[in-house]
Amino acid sequence: MSAVTAGSAQRGMSPRTETTLRIVAPIAVGLIVLGVWQFLVSVVGVSDYLLPSPASIVEELVAYWPSVVQATLLTGTNALLGLIVGSVLGIALAALAARWRGIDQMSAPVVASLAVIPIVALAPVLNSMFGADSQFGRQAIAALASFVPVFINTLRGFRQTTPVHRDLMKAYAASSGQVLRTLTLPTARPFILTGIRIASSLAVISALVAEYFGGPRGGLGGLISTSAASSAYARAWAYVVASIALGLLFYLATLGLERLLQRRAPSTTAPHRTTKGPT
Amino acid sequence: MTQEQGVQMTAVEINGVDKVFETRTGQVQALDSIDLTVAAGEFVSLIGPSGCGKSTLMRLVADLDEPTGGTISVFGKTPRTARLDQEYGIAFQQAGLLPWRTVAGNVALPLELHGVASAARSARVTELLDMVGLSDFADRYPDQLSGGMQQRVAIARALAEQPRLLLMDEPFGALDEMTREKMQTELVRISAETGAAVVFVTHSIPEAVFLSDRVVVMSPRPGRIQQIVPMRLGVDAQRAARTEELREERGFFEMVTAVREALHGGSPIATGARGVENR
Repeated sequence: MSAVTAGSAQRGMSPRTETTLRIVAPIAVGLIVLGVWQFLVSVVGVSDYLLPSPASIVEELVAYWPSVVQATLLTGTNALLGLIVGSVLGIALAALAARWRGIDQMSAPVVASLAVIPIVALAPVLNSMFGADSQFGRQAIAALASFVPVFINTLRGFRQTTPVHRDLMKAYAASSGQVLRTLTLPTARPFILTGIRIASSLAVISALVAEYFGGPRGGLGGLISTSAASSAYARAWAYVVASIALGLLFYLATLGLERLLQRRAPSTTAPHRTTKGPT
Repeated sequence: MTQEQGVQMTAVEINGVDKVFETRTGQVQALDSIDLTVAAGEFVSLIGPSGCGKSTLMRLVADLDEPTGGTISVFGKTPRTARLDQEYGIAFQQAGLLPWRTVAGNVALPLELHGVASAARSARVTELLDMVGLSDFADRYPDQLSGGMQQRVAIARALAEQPRLLLMDEPFGALDEMTREKMQTELVRISAETGAAVVFVTHSIPEAVFLSDRVVVMSPRPGRIQQIVPMRLGVDAQRAARTEELREERGFFEMVTAVREALHGGSPIATGARGVENR
């Protein structure tokens, strides 16, 4: 953090320096870590197959660039499809559960079990169900993983309307469609978006890990495991780097969506975050 | 609508209304055989200790709850029809503005829900914001306004469709004394301008006296009308003539005393009680 302290030597930072710091600080940390890593490998002499040096990982990344891009696209598509389908299902089912208590009670145990099942562990089962040459199993896994946080957050969001707003809507004799459009959905919006943001990382992780369990080749997960199996550790790391980039891309995209739609957001209550560990 | 026309019609007629709430510990009699008539253009306050059912009574008139027994008519219609026909405007203790809508968007809400064309809508919103003195704040969001300003927006919203009846449930209850008095003066002006009948729930004696033509004093458990105190202020002076000076006049204090005595069960507390009519 030495670079950071040097930057903030003078007291009373202007907002501008603070913004600069916020960007510079993590980059500095990253560079320092990479520097130490490279130093450990090339000077201290940590074995290359235990820990490949950053330079060799970058070399592999460049050498296998077309394959990396293709694998990222393949896994990314699976994750994106899963995220979209899972989110749509999550929102729709949450809407139904919020509207009818019976559906809520019926869906509660299902959602609870979905939340505790290691969904990725379903991969071998789904692979054999849908055939070894189909991407469907992976997409289904990503969708299932996305569904849970979206459903839970959305349902919570739908229950946030206050009595005074509901009274007001009744006094205006608003139809149930109007209530949904003008009150319930806008109230739930920050919760839905938080759910989708949490789901985005889960979708990528699930789509990727599902590839470890067979099925068609060519995705990031499959390539990481085959590279590692053939002792091409630097190449395996290169694919790991691509996976991290993909996960970040998903996260930032959903964060951007959230910022965009919430530009004029009430700053009252932050939605509850439901995190679910990758399985 | 002028005051003269109004006297012939009744805005609200309540006959023998009971309200029983079912709770876990048994039945609670919230209202017991309430009879009350509010003439068109008349300003009537409901006052009493908490739990006397004054808010409940207003909610019954608004058709937000249903009476257990007795009948209510609003401009000769059932409360339900009156609500569907938008015969009344309503304001609560909480302003209940939608935080993601601007001030103008909030005032326009009822007009929007009832399909008023956009040009007519914006003209009406301009007019209303002018009336409550918030023309410069049309594009602000509720969280950028003070409590008093938010409440003014809520009143503008309640007046949006030129209702002949205004139902207000402690609308100034959460405001500080200074703001409160200012708002009362404005409400007197606005109600005189619109000629609407007002049913005003409050637990402040000076507020009730300052605003009302008649003060309905209620007692708790079960909620009953203890006494109806006519305000000479309303008979002697036109509503528009109620100004800040009135608060310091002798007649005002006499009325305050009268209401206070009625609240305490008719036993004289202070000397010089006048204008009290025991039923």
